Amino acid sequence: MTDGAVPRVRRLALGAGRLLITVAVTVLGLLVVTFLIGRVVPVDPALNLVGDRATEAAYQAARTQLGLDQPLWQQFLAYLGRALQGDFGTSVLTGRPVLEDVARVFPATLELATLATVLGVILGVPAGVVAAARQGTWIDQVIRVIGLVGYSVPVFWLGLMGLLVFYARLEWVAGPGRIDIFYEGLVPPVTGVILLDAALAGDGTVFRNALDHIILPAAILGYYSLAYISRMTRSLMLDQLRQEYIVTARVKGLSERAVVWRHALGNAAVPLVTVIALSYATLLEGSVLTEIVFSWPGLGSYITTSLLNADMTAVLGGTVVVGAVFIGLNMLSDALYRVLDPRARP
Amino acid sequence: MSESSPRAWLLAEAPASRHQAWLGRAYRSWRLFRRNPLAMAGLSVVLALLLLAVIGPWLAPHDPVAQILDRRLLPPGTPGNLLGTDELGRDILSRLLYGARITLTIVIMVAVLVAPLGLLVGTVAGYAGGWLDTVLMRLTDIFLAFPRLILALALVAALGPGIENAVIAIALTTWPPYARIARAETLTVRGSDFIAAARLQGASPIRLVVGHVMPLCTSSVIVRVTLDMAGIILTAAGLGFLGLGAQPPSPEWGAMVASGHGVLLDHWWVATMPGLAIFVVALGFNLLGDGLRDVLDPRAGQG
Repeated sequence: MTDGAVPRVRRLALGAGRLLITVAVTVLGLLVVTFLIGRVVPVDPALNLVGDRATEAAYQAARTQLGLDQPLWQQFLAYLGRALQGDFGTSVLTGRPVLEDVARVFPATLELATLATVLGVILGVPAGVVAAARQGTWIDQVIRVIGLVGYSVPVFWLGLMGLLVFYARLEWVAGPGRIDIFYEGLVPPVTGVILLDAALAGDGTVFRNALDHIILPAAILGYYSLAYISRMTRSLMLDQLRQEYIVTARVKGLSERAVVWRHALGNAAVPLVTVIALSYATLLEGSVLTEIVFSWPGLGSYITTSLLNADMTAVLGGTVVVGAVFIGLNMLSDALYRVLDPRARP
Repeated sequence: MSESSPRAWLLAEAPASRHQAWLGRAYRSWRLFRRNPLAMAGLSVVLALLLLAVIGPWLAPHDPVAQILDRRLLPPGTPGNLLGTDELGRDILSRLLYGARITLTIVIMVAVLVAPLGLLVGTVAGYAGGWLDTVLMRLTDIFLAFPRLILALALVAALGPGIENAVIAIALTTWPPYARIARAETLTVRGSDFIAAARLQGASPIRLVVGHVMPLCTSSVIVRVTLDMAGIILTAAGLGFLGLGAQPPSPEWGAMVASGHGVLLDHWWVATMPGLAIFVVALGFNLLGDGLRDVLDPRAGQG
């Protein structure tokens, strides 16, 4: 090794430190925003607690108990302290701590978003590579239009149309929900992800039923992932195909397939990891509307139901959790990029 | 052709005035743009939306909120109700025509809020540099890292449902990319000679940013706005679908899809028609934005 070895370790540590600070600052920003949103709610939490026929004294007591009589910055510090301990309050609707609720519904969202991302990667990356390799031909145009449609179609509407065609008319897939009601609770919830739980329990019937339920929403979300991934793959591949090393590889007499799939895709792979991580994070939050359409009991359904019942504690708690996961995935993709790409190393 | 002389004037190699140079450049871009059939299709959709938003109320055969309960859930093709009626007997075509205005209003309001805000933050950060740049860009990064739809949901929940609040929520979560674009453009021009020349003539920093830097950022911002339009329409429709956007009986397209949700399996058209309208308009903006990018951004032109 050269004498650069030790400083490089130090620089990597420095980079990791900077990343951690960025995460901390961003999460702090998220907490400031949710706190402020919580403060502008027209609903007075103290009034909510005691009811509008309570005496003035009871009302003031409730205000003191909730800390609403303190200055704003003190209220924020208290909020921050509780949030850092994982305490986001108690949901009015379910009567349980928000964090517990979120932990219960999160696997459903995770299951959906993961399957959708897998579909998006399997179909989107090859589509993007082919479009770039055949730039300007009809196949490039077809892939471009498929992507543009994905960027333009309302996800909730596509979900409804999917239900109409594949569930009601063709009866190829099961309807809304995660699983049919008579299969519920048959397998022990080890991970909360039904497909995994059924596989662990070795229960083929439950697995099939869960698969029948998830395939349509996952395909619809996966289409959005496909649209994004194929478009980004195409542009990353075009950047690579213009480079001189591609000319060298061609001059060497390598087959076009080796040039495109091994040399160009190999170099496009690093930024592609970032793209895929970003699309995964977007699906985790973007599944809200899909979950509503398919009555999928995930985070999106939880936040929306709480919202429609004016349960702001649950809404804001859920927002913080989704936001933190989102920020985490964002930063992770950033870190991956640094680790995988030698040029981006600090 | 009789118009060959104005064309020659527009395509002149050596324009005589700034006015002529500007028009000539616009004309050349237009000729490039016209060659792209998909972009032209997008332009026609957007122009049709503009037209319908203006004259739609005169075209609509019925009152969009008039409920005729004995004519409810009529299928498309019924005489007098071309696209059928919804669960309250309201004419779907009329509602769609009135809804065009709401969609356009939302899009314009968001664009008017977001583009100047992003432009201001980005150009100031890029031009000033130093600690101001760091603070502004860190703020932008924080907003970029937020989950947009969920934050918009929480904001609307706090402010109360309605179009204005939906617009504010969407705007607050949309501006960061504009700031980034504007900053990047500013950094490329801030060292150029014409900026130095203007500064030596005594132009103030404000004048430099507003008069010299911002105009150069507008073309990339316009492309971004057009490409974002589809996303804005979809987010607004999503909020409407959740019941957080325009309130009933307003004929907002997303809310119309939501009202068709309940009768989907037996009366497919109630949800299908407004969703189709959202899709067509969003696709139009996307095609237009793609075409504009090819024309206005020479770097992406070959892509």
